Amino acid sequence: MELIWKGIVEAFRLIFSGDPEVFGITLLTLKVSGMATLISLILGLPLGTVIGLCRFPGRKFILSIVNSSMGLPPVVVGLWVSIFLWRSGPFGFLNIMYTPTAIIIAQSVIACPLIIGLSAAALQQTSEKIRLQILALGANKFQYLLLLLGEIKMSLMAAVIAGFGAVISEVGASMAVGGNIKGYTRVLTTATVLEVSKGQFDVAIALSIILCILAFTVTAILTMLQQKRQGG
Amino acid sequence: MKETLLGDRDTILRAEDITVVKNKKTILKEVSLDIKKGECLGLVGPNGSGKSTLLKTISLLEKPTSGRLYWEGQLLPAKIPMSLRHKIAIVFQEPLLLNKNVFQNVALGLKFRRLPKKEIKARVEYWLEAFGISHLAKQHAHSLSGGEAQRTSLARAFALNPQILFLDEPFSALDAPTIEELLVDLKKVFESTGVTTLVVSHNFRDINRLTHRMLVMLDGRIKASGTKEEILSQQHDQETQSFLTQLVQN
Repeated sequence: MELIWKGIVEAFRLIFSGDPEVFGITLLTLKVSGMATLISLILGLPLGTVIGLCRFPGRKFILSIVNSSMGLPPVVVGLWVSIFLWRSGPFGFLNIMYTPTAIIIAQSVIACPLIIGLSAAALQQTSEKIRLQILALGANKFQYLLLLLGEIKMSLMAAVIAGFGAVISEVGASMAVGGNIKGYTRVLTTATVLEVSKGQFDVAIALSIILCILAFTVTAILTMLQQKRQGG
Repeated sequence: MKETLLGDRDTILRAEDITVVKNKKTILKEVSLDIKKGECLGLVGPNGSGKSTLLKTISLLEKPTSGRLYWEGQLLPAKIPMSLRHKIAIVFQEPLLLNKNVFQNVALGLKFRRLPKKEIKARVEYWLEAFGISHLAKQHAHSLSGGEAQRTSLARAFALNPQILFLDEPFSALDAPTIEELLVDLKKVFESTGVTTLVVSHNFRDINRLTHRMLVMLDGRIKASGTKEEILSQQHDQETQSFLTQLVQN
């Protein structure tokens, strides 16, 4: 009990004293996970739209792969992204291994299937009649897509929340491709693991509380945006 | 659009030998019909007779398997130009309103036509007023009653100032008093606008109050046409006669 209490006190001390190291780690965590979510949305939404609305040979197979990838273990993603970014790997020339960019790439790989799969399912679930009505109103292809995405915005926000939740909480990929370098690639999850391995449980508890507050705050903001009803 | 030989200047839309096959089942069997400018044409038939498929085909939402469609005497190409789509409005059985407020729903088709904001506002306000739903303008569409939602859907269609309006069983989801109110309002709007309309229904009485003439559809074919009196005085095959008898009794 004393350990937990010490951890909570330490968390508040770290938060309110404005500890520069913790502040830097928190900011990097937010930056990296936010960017990864955004990239996965930019890549995943068009792919989800194609899979959700178009019919082509192999579609079901691709959808099965996407859905299976939703539960891809972050450490496996970390391993494969490492292999690709390693100096002798296919993208070794980019020299981005053990950088925040590498973590963003790995986290995007984790979040992308969630965005693709959930947006495809939401689009597929839109009523055939609503789609016909939008066309009947004289929408061109672009207007049609835009309106349809507007109809599923609740599900899209849920996909973004799921994607962000998956990447901010993962540790395996960040550790593998970022290397947990102090002041450079150390994020809240990797820092927590390090403190646990050192037996510094009070600091680890403090970092985990900060991580939870961060995840909760971002998710709460996204949820509020999701629940905001237009014109009501 | 290709020039063709059609001489009847009063015909706005002509369908010739329209056949639609879906999942190896023939839904429409060489259906031909003319819709004259300014007329209100009714289409009655039992469930599954192909009414909605015919409506979707002649409203250019679905392509027929075979047959020809003419717009003001010109044969329509396989790829329908958007300018022509913009001359048509459709109201479906369900109001099918989008996740927006009433004003935004009515304005939607006008936005697709890239009309100036001022004109959109004026048209939307006019049609909300015409259907008695001005007070609901800012209400979310998904919180409306069945009657209010269908009025919104009708206002949305009329706001487009279409050359042809298609109504696919617009009253089927409503209760009797709401249908009565809507019929009165709709009749007034038809008289004031003179818009060419095709109304699909399985209710003989409602359709008879709105339309100039009607078509009776059974098993994917047009079996009879004319005014109610003309249709009832004609000789029909047994199936059509039996359907008409049921229709009149209801």
